[in-house]
Amino acid sequence: MDIGEMLSYAFIQRALIAGSFISVLCATLGVLLVLRRFSLIGDGLAHVTFGSVALGLVLKVNPLYASIPVVVASSLGILKLTQRARIYGDAAIGIVSSLGIAGGVLLASVAGGFNVDLFSYLFGNILSISTGDVVTAISVSLIVLLTIYFYYHEIFSLTFDEEFAKASGINAERISALIVMLTALTVVLTMKIVGIMLTSALLILPAVTAFQVARGFRNAIIIASAVSLLSVLSGIVLSFFLNLPTGASIVIINFLFFIFMFTCKNIRARMAR
Amino acid sequence: MPVNILSVRDLSISYNSIEALSSLFFDIERGDYVGLVGPNGSGKSTLVKSILGLVRPLKGTITLFGHPIDEFRHWNRVGYLPQKMHAFNPHFPSTVREIVTMGLISRKKFPRRIAKSDEAAITQMLELLNITDIAGKLIGELSGGQLQRVFIARALINEPELIILDEPTTALDPETRENFFSLMRDLNRERDTTIILVTHDVGTIGAYASKLLYLDKKVIFYGSFDEFCFSDTMSKFFGSSSQHIICHKH
Repeated sequence: MDIGEMLSYAFIQRALIAGSFISVLCATLGVLLVLRRFSLIGDGLAHVTFGSVALGLVLKVNPLYASIPVVVASSLGILKLTQRARIYGDAAIGIVSSLGIAGGVLLASVAGGFNVDLFSYLFGNILSISTGDVVTAISVSLIVLLTIYFYYHEIFSLTFDEEFAKASGINAERISALIVMLTALTVVLTMKIVGIMLTSALLILPAVTAFQVARGFRNAIIIASAVSLLSVLSGIVLSFFLNLPTGASIVIINFLFFIFMFTCKNIRARMAR
Repeated sequence: MPVNILSVRDLSISYNSIEALSSLFFDIERGDYVGLVGPNGSGKSTLVKSILGLVRPLKGTITLFGHPIDEFRHWNRVGYLPQKMHAFNPHFPSTVREIVTMGLISRKKFPRRIAKSDEAAITQMLELLNITDIAGKLIGELSGGQLQRVFIARALINEPELIILDEPTTALDPETRENFFSLMRDLNRERDTTIILVTHDVGTIGAYASKLLYLDKKVIFYGSFDEFCFSDTMSKFFGSSSQHIICHKH
């Protein structure tokens, strides 16, 4: 089988299109989150989604409709814990994340189990997505990326120097809330499509890879997006031909990019000495 | 007729029930060059943050350019150089030019785009601070002095009418420090820019500042440096033997 034949499959086309949008979306958000030391917020909110999906099933409403408000509220809760209770971001994520898991387990126990697989909402597979999922991926990506584009200078200023941003008249609380809410929306809507592992990996790995060689903030976002896109596309293609799990292949390729960039940085530093 | 740039009335600020500032009253007029001095923990940085709207007063009012601080929106009229210059993440992927450009956003309205006409102002500021050759460097690649000049450029790029400098010269070598004070003096004299300079160095500030605000949770002294030298505050806080060193240094 060759590439042309592979591309003729509708499920591969859907995976490539949705994967491309989600890769750029997660990489862009990831640069902001890693620099603000919120790298693990993707994981944390994924755990909250577990609880909110259970809540949706108990209340007999679409788990997605239950998840969006719960996860967005949780993301704001994480932010408030860091701002008001002076708790570090990782600890705040830990608190909200364990609450989400505990809530999910309790609800599952009270309901005496569910007819549908709770985990199917958490561990999506990019090769089995529907056309509706592709539309969701494109819509979420455009909403989030356009918001970041319009608030680019506020976000950059706030990420670099919160005090200066506030002294410049930027509403720091509003912009911070915007970033975590966009993250919550991204996690909820992409997790069912590509799974927890891939969403979380795409938020962290491309960003830290880009930081090895980036020559500026905008440059870091561009490199992270390119690395993420290349990893997702090559991961889908390789996993198809080698019959490997797609999500895991994408993560491994992303990690190889990180090792490559890290080595390049070290070689450049040695040559500069 | 003197114009008040800043008016502080009965200002009190507390952190966790601990009083940081107590009933401050003072005015700063256009063209003043005020040295804000006081011991560690005297509330200098708290006062600066309250003037910038970063800390809410427990009591009292701050009026900036005729507007109550809560309603003040023209932050491009205020330039700020923060104290904690080295608290920044040295691995942050940001170039010198990006940091200087950041200074412009306070005068922009949503979506705060940087226009082509702004590029000339950025280039001019890079030249003024002699940092054109490092414009493409990452901030983690700079020395303390270079970093300081970058933050000064960011503070000055809007040509602010009021500049607040919090311990600005701690990381600078003597030559850069002298150049920095010379630039501030020129801005003050030629453009009538109002300057508030926070410092520990009472002796040095006398060479530049027209007024001295001595703070120790409340206003201990506010007036000209010469008045300060012959005041009871001077001998009480520094001892009469220090008077010669501090007051004749400039």
